[in-house]
Amino acid sequence: MPPDPPNLPLVFFLWRQFKRHWNGALRKPGDTFNPLLFYLMVVTLFPLGLGPDPEVLATLAPGLLWVVALLATLTVAGKLFASDYADGSLEQLLLAPHPLYLSAMAEIVVHWVMAGLTLALASPLFAVMLKLPGQAIPFLVFSLLLGTWSLSLIAGIGAALTVGLRRGGALLSLIILPFMVPVLIFGASAVREAANGYDPASWLALLGAYALMATVLTPVAIAAGLRISVDN
Amino acid sequence: MSNMWSIIHKFGSPPWFYDFTQRWLRWLLPITVLLLLAGSVWGLLFAPPDFRQGNSYRIIFIHVPAAVVALAGYYALAFAGLVSLVWKIKMADTAMRAIAPIGAALTFIALATGSIWGKPTWGAWWVWDARITSMLLLLFLYLGVMALFEAYENRATAAKACAVLSLVGTVNIPIIYKSVDWWYSLHQPASIKFTGESAIDASMLYPLLLNIGAFYLLFAVVVMMNMRAELLSDYRAASWLRQRLGGQH
Repeated sequence: MPPDPPNLPLVFFLWRQFKRHWNGALRKPGDTFNPLLFYLMVVTLFPLGLGPDPEVLATLAPGLLWVVALLATLTVAGKLFASDYADGSLEQLLLAPHPLYLSAMAEIVVHWVMAGLTLALASPLFAVMLKLPGQAIPFLVFSLLLGTWSLSLIAGIGAALTVGLRRGGALLSLIILPFMVPVLIFGASAVREAANGYDPASWLALLGAYALMATVLTPVAIAAGLRISVDN
Repeated sequence: MSNMWSIIHKFGSPPWFYDFTQRWLRWLLPITVLLLLAGSVWGLLFAPPDFRQGNSYRIIFIHVPAAVVALAGYYALAFAGLVSLVWKIKMADTAMRAIAPIGAALTFIALATGSIWGKPTWGAWWVWDARITSMLLLLFLYLGVMALFEAYENRATAAKACAVLSLVGTVNIPIIYKSVDWWYSLHQPASIKFTGESAIDASMLYPLLLNIGAFYLLFAVVVMMNMRAELLSDYRAASWLRQRLGGQH
C-alpha cells in the first residue's frame, strides 16, 4: 500500500486503516474461530458439570451465556495492537499526522467484527444447547451485539496499556475485569428478564448507553495507553 | 497565584517533601494515634449496644471508616495520576505508588470486617450484597493498578500507565457501583435489612465520625511514610539524601 498523503481526509484514513486490519484478519481466519470454539467448548462443559436437567440449565442459561461471552472476549483481548506493536506499524501511526484515536478505532472495529459480531450471530446455537427459552434468543443476540462492542473497547484499553509487556495475559484480564462488570450485569439481566417473560428494554437501553459512552471515551484512553507503550 | 505555584513547585521537590514530612509527621503521627484510640475506645466500650444486633454492630467503628477511606483513596490515586500526566511532577508518581497498596489494604480490611460482622448478623461469612460486591470490585481495581506498576521495568512509564488506568477507573467507579446496586435490587434475597448505618443514633454516630476522621488522618500519615520510603529507595544515590541520612547518625 502506498503511504498516506498528509492531507488525506480523515474518513479515508479511517477507511484505509480499516482495510489494512481487515486484510490482516482475513489472512488468519483461525483467530476468528478461536473465541467461537472456546464458547462451544465451555457450553459443552456446563451440562457435563451441572447435569442435563433442562430446567436447571434454562434457569442458569442467561448468566452462563453472558459470562462465557465475556471470557471468550478476554481470551482474544491480548491480540489487539500486538502485531502492529511487533512490526513497528504502531510507531509509524504515532508519527503520522492523523489522530491515533482513529487508527485504534479501526483496529477495534475489525477486532469486534471477528470476535464479537460472530459470537453474537452464533449465540442462538449455544442458547438452544443450554435450553434458553425461545423468546429470549433475539434479546441474547441483540444484547451481545451491543455488549461485545463495549467489551472490545474496554479490552482495547487493557491491550494498549500492556501491549509492550512480555507477560501481559493475566495482567490484562485483571485490569479490565472490573470495567466489564457493568456490561455483564446489563446484558445478563436483559436476557434473564426476557427469559422470564418481562420487558428487557431498560437493560438494553443501559447497555446501549454504555456502548455509546465507551465509543466516545475509551479511544482517548486507548490512544494515551498506546503512546505510553510505544515510548517505553 | 504565584504563591500557589510556588507551593506546588515545593511539593514537587523530593528534598523539600522529605524535610516537610519529617517535621509534620512528628505532630501528625501522635495526633492520629490519639484520635484513633479515642474513637475506638469510645465506640467499642462506651457507645450503647444496638437493641437488635447487641454488641456485634461495634465492628462498624472499624469497618465503615476503612470502607470510606478505601474509596476516597482511589480518588486520591486518580488525582495523583492526573497531576502526574498533566504537570509531569515526579512526586505524583511516588504518591501513586505509595497510595495503591494502602488503599488495597484498607479495602481488604473493610471486606474482612464486613465478613466477620456478616457471620453473626446474616448467618454467613460471605453474602453477595451490593456494597460487599462493590468493595470486592474496588479491591480488583487496586490490585490491577499494583500489578501494572510491577509489570513495567521503567518506573516513569509504569506511573504513566497506572495514571491512565486509575483515571479510567474513576470514570467507571460510579457506573460499577450503580450497576451492582441495580443487579442486587433485581435479585434481592429475602433477608432482614439492617439500616443501622443510615438511621444511626447520635451516641453511636459521634464515635463513628471521630473514627472516620482518624482513618483519614491515618491514611494521610501512612501515605506520607510510604512516600518517604519510596524516596529512600529512588534517591538512595542522590547527594541530598545522603547528606540528610548522614546528619542523622
